[in-house]
Amino acid sequence: MKVKAKELELQSEINRKRLVEIAFKAKAAHIGGGLSCLNILTVLYFNVMNMEAGNPEVPCRDRFVLSKGHCAEALYVTLEARGFFPAEVTNTLGEFGSVLSGHPTIHVPGVEVNTGALGHGLSIGVGIALAAKMDRLQYRTFVLMGDGEQGEGSIYEAAMAANQYKLDNLVAIIDRNGLQISGTTEDIMALESINQRWSALGWDVTEVNGDKIEDIVSAFGKIDYSDSHPHLLIAHTTKGKGVSYMEGDPVWHHEIPDVEQYEQAIREISESIEILEKQIQRV
Amino acid sequence: MIACRKSFTETLLSLARADRNIIAVTTDARGSVTLNDFANELPGQFVECGIAEQNAVGISAGLAHSGKKVFVCGPACFYVTRSLEQIKIDVAYSRNNVKIIGVSGGVAYGALGASHHSLHDIAVLRTFPGMNIILPSDARQIRKIVKLLVDYPEPAYIRIGRAPVPDIYENDGFNFTIGKANLLLDGNDLTIIGTGETVYHAYRAGRMLHKKGIRARVLDMASIKPYDKAAILKAAAETGRIVTVEEHSRFGGLGSLVAETLSESPVPLRIIGIPDEDVIHGNSSGIFAHYGLDASGIYKTAIEFMKYEK
Repeated sequence: MKVKAKELELQSEINRKRLVEIAFKAKAAHIGGGLSCLNILTVLYFNVMNMEAGNPEVPCRDRFVLSKGHCAEALYVTLEARGFFPAEVTNTLGEFGSVLSGHPTIHVPGVEVNTGALGHGLSIGVGIALAAKMDRLQYRTFVLMGDGEQGEGSIYEAAMAANQYKLDNLVAIIDRNGLQISGTTEDIMALESINQRWSALGWDVTEVNGDKIEDIVSAFGKIDYSDSHPHLLIAHTTKGKGVSYMEGDPVWHHEIPDVEQYEQAIREISESIEILEKQIQRV
Repeated sequence: MIACRKSFTETLLSLARADRNIIAVTTDARGSVTLNDFANELPGQFVECGIAEQNAVGISAGLAHSGKKVFVCGPACFYVTRSLEQIKIDVAYSRNNVKIIGVSGGVAYGALGASHHSLHDIAVLRTFPGMNIILPSDARQIRKIVKLLVDYPEPAYIRIGRAPVPDIYENDGFNFTIGKANLLLDGNDLTIIGTGETVYHAYRAGRMLHKKGIRARVLDMASIKPYDKAAILKAAAETGRIVTVEEHSRFGGLGSLVAETLSESPVPLRIIGIPDEDVIHGNSSGIFAHYGLDASGIYKTAIEFMKYEK
């Protein structure tokens, strides 16, 4: 499914509004990191990845692993929007016995693997990508990680293996929002050399403005899936993106807005949606 | 005598020749697992991960997710500690069909010390929903287990020793069923239950007891999860006393699962295993003898146990 960048922007804002709605209703969500990676998820699910929502296990599908599993709610709203399950399912978030856990599980249509402990997703992605090579299948594997997650040493074991096995069918994305639960990534455990360290490990590294849909689309479009190197997109994003008072404030890692804050967030995102709809109509 | 790990890898290689979906994964341990022949003959079905157990288990989960029949093989001590979280989430919780082959389990590495012992694996892995646990007792049983597991649709941990072990089963005319214990020796005075390499010692002790007129029943409980609850309850009802023998901490292993099973209809129980202390320095047979896991230690425990009323 290919949709023009402006329409993707609109879809991302619709997903953003939905994320705030379900987080507020459930009174639980990792909202800040969810908002920062929504553009990436929207581009992946509405522009880049081949899949069939009605047939989530079709063998030729591209695979996606949410290694930063705590941002499950962002994935849920994206899967809902893409037609993997109806809104009634998403609305159960936070309810006792809901299929939607606070971290993704295989019981949710479209989820490939259970995640939640950081530093696991890339190894799984390496295994999936390696199987594609063994079977000479064309599907690609995408793994979304957090930047705080980069502290987990197992990631670098996986990064070495991806290079060793020349997995050019594997794309890792780092949601570089600069914040983790206790503060900035640079204060907690500095990451300033992400590009250099991954390049040194043999990866094809691209830096992109992850707050701009057009740039994300373009970055994915430039990936050469036959260059014998695994690919990394460092997506520079804003934690809490799209809600003014959440942007760049680590408290919104998993804080839930009160009624007033919720209404403001919905108002702000609705305005963005309105503007985008008008722009699209004008075109 | 043949080392169980060799029996495992030979069987796996013979099956893998006919099934390209069988994949062996390891962590710079092809020598200690005895996977060199596999790696040389089927390089396209062999995945070397270097010294990185966490990554190896994660990769194995990804391969299994894509339909591969994955056997990730390396020292038990590292797999069930360093990569425990990957086993918990990527394999068991995600129901990815990975077979984890922990070689040189228990105190097989002997004098290399406690860093290389795995005396906690049963206790920990028993608590993971979806995980099967099997401790084979000899080379013939291993062959049956590998053939069964290749197409078994659930994750499993198989702990295998290091040194050659005497045959328990004289020929292939025996069954191995996941969740079932095998009766090796029948009797009604007491029951000795072993798992893995303690089964040989339990069997020998049982033979020694029979010669003394004590009719010991001996069970091979290779399948630890699921386990044969009925065989334990039957033994309790028919023989009264039960002795368990395991190359594992006395906490949380075979003895514990038997005690849990008996808790509603208790009979006297003796748990032979490794006590809660730093394991004495020595080779594995010396360690077995020191803690009474060998035939003469089991025999002594049984003789003493027989003095008590059922």
